[in-house]
Amino acid sequence: MVISNKALRFIIATFVICLPFTSMANPEKDTTTVQTEVTHEVTEASHEAHAEPTDVKSKVKAFIKHHVLDSHEFSFFQDDETGVHYGFPLPIIIWDNGFQIFSSSKFEHGEAVAESNGNFYKINHHDGKIYKTDAAGTITEDEATGFPKNERPLDLSITKTVFSILLAALLMFFIFISLAKSYTKNNGIASGIGRIFEPIVLYVRDEIAIPNIGEKHYKKYMSYLLTIFFFVLFLNIFGLMPFGINVTGNLTITFSLAILTFLITNFTANKNYWGHIFWMPGVPKVMRIVLAPIELLGVFIKPFSLMIRLYANIFAGHIVLMSIIGLMFIFKSWLGSSLSFGLSFALSLLEILVAFLQAYIFTMLSALYFGGAVEEHHHEEAHH
Amino acid sequence: MEGLNFVGAGLIVIGAGLGIGRIGGSAMDAIARQPEASGKIQTAMLIAAALIEGIGFAALFAA
Repeated sequence: MVISNKALRFIIATFVICLPFTSMANPEKDTTTVQTEVTHEVTEASHEAHAEPTDVKSKVKAFIKHHVLDSHEFSFFQDDETGVHYGFPLPIIIWDNGFQIFSSSKFEHGEAVAESNGNFYKINHHDGKIYKTDAAGTITEDEATGFPKNERPLDLSITKTVFSILLAALLMFFIFISLAKSYTKNNGIASGIGRIFEPIVLYVRDEIAIPNIGEKHYKKYMSYLLTIFFFVLFLNIFGLMPFGINVTGNLTITFSLAILTFLITNFTANKNYWGHIFWMPGVPKVMRIVLAPIELLGVFIKPFSLMIRLYANIFAGHIVLMSIIGLMFIFKSWLGSSLSFGLSFALSLLEILVAFLQAYIFTMLSALYFGGAVEEHHHEEAHH
Repeated sequence: MEGLNFVGAGLIVIGAGLGIGRIGGSAMDAIARQPEASGKIQTAMLIAAALIEGIGFAALFAA
């Protein structure tokens, strides 16, 4: 096997480039990130509305909660003493009697009221969502539920999650276009970064698609399986990088992915598949009536379990990893810190395995469901 | 009863752990008997483990 020197150099270079990012726990020295310093003027009113947590434990909790939720800006870290945030704002797009487009820096990290064409908006501190307010930025909360009663405009903003998805899409686009092009340029041999991805593409085809769907039908599902595999894989890996991205650990994202699998399964299914659900062949007549509702329920449980599995794995991984890093700040002793460092390092390695495994499982189970949907009518004849 | 849901969560984890442990152990046995079929065994093992894990997580969220 020939290993290209170029690809190897690229991996090493990427590794070296990523090294400074690992100094997240030591923020003062981080100079590589793009820094947009926005001095924030803390008004008295907003300070009273949500008292900043003071002790370390609740600070760590607040940070973890902030990390796993979507947000309207990228925030790498913040300096508590000066109150300066390091990160960059993202565009806000709101449909409220016409598009209102402005930068999220107007919110000043959720502290200020943003004004656009005479409308006032504020980010609610509890759920991170944008609400329409008056000029003073008052959010009235329902006593019973605790949810704000203010009107919520249709929010189409480029949030952290949307930004990461676009980034992953762009990355996939460039990698696989260059892989496809390199075949024509290089007499059918992949070159450059494609050499890393060619075996993975072939693996998805030979080990996931063909055994589960079958030689006859696998081709029409290949594009979806490859897309979902690399999409989940890239976003899982993004989540492990210290940019504070948590996309696949977001229930709405995994819900959309599972819905896609559900729709494709049921719209490409043949009559044999529906026959197995509503009138199971090869079992007594009474059992068929009992089995039909169970099988019908199974149709919905399958994508539901896909959704929960991916979400829970990534979400739990992020929380555990961040809690262990957070122990460093709670213990404040050399023993606790070194223990927490070692643990979080080992856990990060485990999370890389989980990132690959969950991408594989999602693709694998999708392929399994597609295989069930297009399976030919053959084994019943043997029974009768 | 306050805090009983945490006991439930613990029971779920024990159950799921036992289940996945059994799958892993049996897969090890199978691979030791037939090393040439290890690829297929691994695939089947991962699918079964993933299914149990899915149920476990679903129950954990309910708890």
